[in-house]
Amino acid sequence: MYKLFLRYLISVLFFLWFSINANADFKVGFVYVGPTGDHGWTYQHDEGRKAVEAAGIKTTYVESVPEGADAERVIRQLAQSGHDLIFTTSFGYMDPTNKVAKDFPNVKFEHATGYKREHSNVSTYSARFYEGRTLLGHMAGKMTKTNTIGYIASFPIPEVIRGINAMTLAAQKVNPDIKTKIVWVFTWYDPGKESEAAQALIDQGADIIMQHTDSTAPVQVAEKAGVWSFGQASDMQRFAPKSILTSIIDDWAPYYVERSIAARDGTWKQQDTWHGLKEGMVAMAPYNSAMGGDLVREVEQLQKDLASGKAHSFTGPIYDQKGNILVAEGAVADDGMLAGMNVYVKGVEGDIPQ
Amino acid sequence: MEVLLIKIEKRNDVSRSIYFLTPVLAIFLTLFGGGIIFYILGFNPIEALKFFFITPISDLYGLSELLVKATPLCLIAIGLSFCFKSNNWNIGAEGQLIFGGIVGGGVALLFYNHDGFYVLPIILLSGAIGGMLFAMIPAILKTYFNTNEILVSLMLVYVAKLLLDYLVVGPWSNPEGFNFPETRQFSESARMPILFDSLRIHAGIFITLISVFFSWLILYKTYLGFQIKVSGLSLKTAKYAGYKGKTMIIIVFMISGACAGLAGVGEITGPIGQLHRNISPDYGFTAIIVAFLGRLNPVGIIFASLIVALTYLGAETAQIFLQVPKYTGQVFQGMILFFLLGSDYLLFFKIKFLGLKKNEL
Repeated sequence: MYKLFLRYLISVLFFLWFSINANADFKVGFVYVGPTGDHGWTYQHDEGRKAVEAAGIKTTYVESVPEGADAERVIRQLAQSGHDLIFTTSFGYMDPTNKVAKDFPNVKFEHATGYKREHSNVSTYSARFYEGRTLLGHMAGKMTKTNTIGYIASFPIPEVIRGINAMTLAAQKVNPDIKTKIVWVFTWYDPGKESEAAQALIDQGADIIMQHTDSTAPVQVAEKAGVWSFGQASDMQRFAPKSILTSIIDDWAPYYVERSIAARDGTWKQQDTWHGLKEGMVAMAPYNSAMGGDLVREVEQLQKDLASGKAHSFTGPIYDQKGNILVAEGAVADDGMLAGMNVYVKGVEGDIPQ
Repeated sequence: MEVLLIKIEKRNDVSRSIYFLTPVLAIFLTLFGGGIIFYILGFNPIEALKFFFITPISDLYGLSELLVKATPLCLIAIGLSFCFKSNNWNIGAEGQLIFGGIVGGGVALLFYNHDGFYVLPIILLSGAIGGMLFAMIPAILKTYFNTNEILVSLMLVYVAKLLLDYLVVGPWSNPEGFNFPETRQFSESARMPILFDSLRIHAGIFITLISVFFSWLILYKTYLGFQIKVSGLSLKTAKYAGYKGKTMIIIVFMISGACAGLAGVGEITGPIGQLHRNISPDYGFTAIIVAFLGRLNPVGIIFASLIVALTYLGAETAQIFLQVPKYTGQVFQGMILFFLLGSDYLLFFKIKFLGLKKNEL
């Protein structure tokens, strides 16, 4: 009994020591929607976290946090346990993040892909993934033999529709006969559903598969079927070495390091960040030499032009499916239009699920 | 050649107190087994268990979160106990929860920007009715078409999930929400009253407690409860006694579905405040563990729901403080059930070693 009591006492003392010490250090917390081993979205955020750690700042993460009632508790616990900056890396954490931010004015919050900044200690950030899609579209338009591009889409939100449109516009520029077929899977991560969708698209004649979902299943299906594919979020090359032409890489590391250091040094300010190829938040994996040196050089040039601002993914004239003009000739779409995009451009098949 | 003969015999007298003590034993075995797992993973087992089971409830906020988490689990498990006691295997509480949430949420959206004390009761009632109707599908198919209620109720979970997906993506999505798969935030009149400032514990806990009381009343003080228990012990006896089996099956499913529906509508009007795709982290399935851990007894279920809720919170704190993988929480739930079923087996059967015998074959 006495021993038990002593052990209890020691553990309580240890805990107190731990929590006091913990508060003295600057710590950054991360909340992930998936497992760190998804090789897609969460994997890349965790790579960013490791970069913060490498920069000498302590980090903590909680993975596979459901976007329901549990998210608020996890975010609150991170705030309560001495974390000074918290990155919440999925759209569904938007309201919980703002709710907790209200109660912890001294803690800084960064929410990925959302639009609500209700308190001065909440920033939002996202990447211009659509610039990468433009490059994919260019390659897809050149590489397809059947003129059919298969696209596995997650949810009909502006970010996803923007990607579909950017890709289709770029493909049409090099191949006017192009058609984009879409399968909506209504999930970010479900290898089973994603591979079924990929197979269905291949069966409908698509010889290019691209995805706005996070698992490696679609590229693996494409590899087996002998069609071209593109990786998503991280370099998925090793999962389909023959099939993958390139991958769009989300590189959160520089942003996470910069914001963590700013928060530690007291220079953190609320902002809404939307970075792309120029800043390196969107990057491209090495191009597959199977598409030929000429095409690789073309795409590399286009990548440079998009980064420098010489080219823009949404340059007019752009028409919707019914032929109404969306962006006039010579103009480019502004960020407001991009942020709320909810119509397909001409050449995309089907309707947006409403 | 000699072989060891083992004979398994049914025990005739099982002590009642030991019957209710085995869940406690199962919990201790889980703690012990968990300690070993933590040790193998390279953590100090005592420290890890402390972060798992003590730190989460060491302050008021933690206690409130424990009750927030236990409230739906307890309510669903109470409903399930009616089904399980009478040998009806309702595995689809998750679907009934979601369908209750859909109906309740639909009514809440109907009353958007509408004030009045009657709004919340109407929403809760419609959620309960929604869950009840959804649970009647497997019940009616079972009684009149002889289908297997395990399969039907389980498959209906996917129906409810897909229906919810469709609604939050399509017709019910927030018009100002950029097409994100979620509805508007319900107005204040449609939200569960919060009991204490800055804590999330809400009035739903009273619904659960009242349900616990009524379930005790029905199970132990009414003729219906007696019928349920007899049918559970022996269907033949129940038939011989002339009980109306079909009506009873439908009634237990209705009770179970109503409880699950209430839990669903309690979640969306309580901590969540809107409909989206993730209104339940599989509460309906976890409640099955809760029901059995609580021995299908109303009071036992209260304790069981608190313990299972704690494994969720513990998995989060252990991950935050020690970076223990999050899935240890599920491992703990699995271990509790495993040890409970294992000790149950030893409770009802005894193993006799008959020594070494010569093998005749």
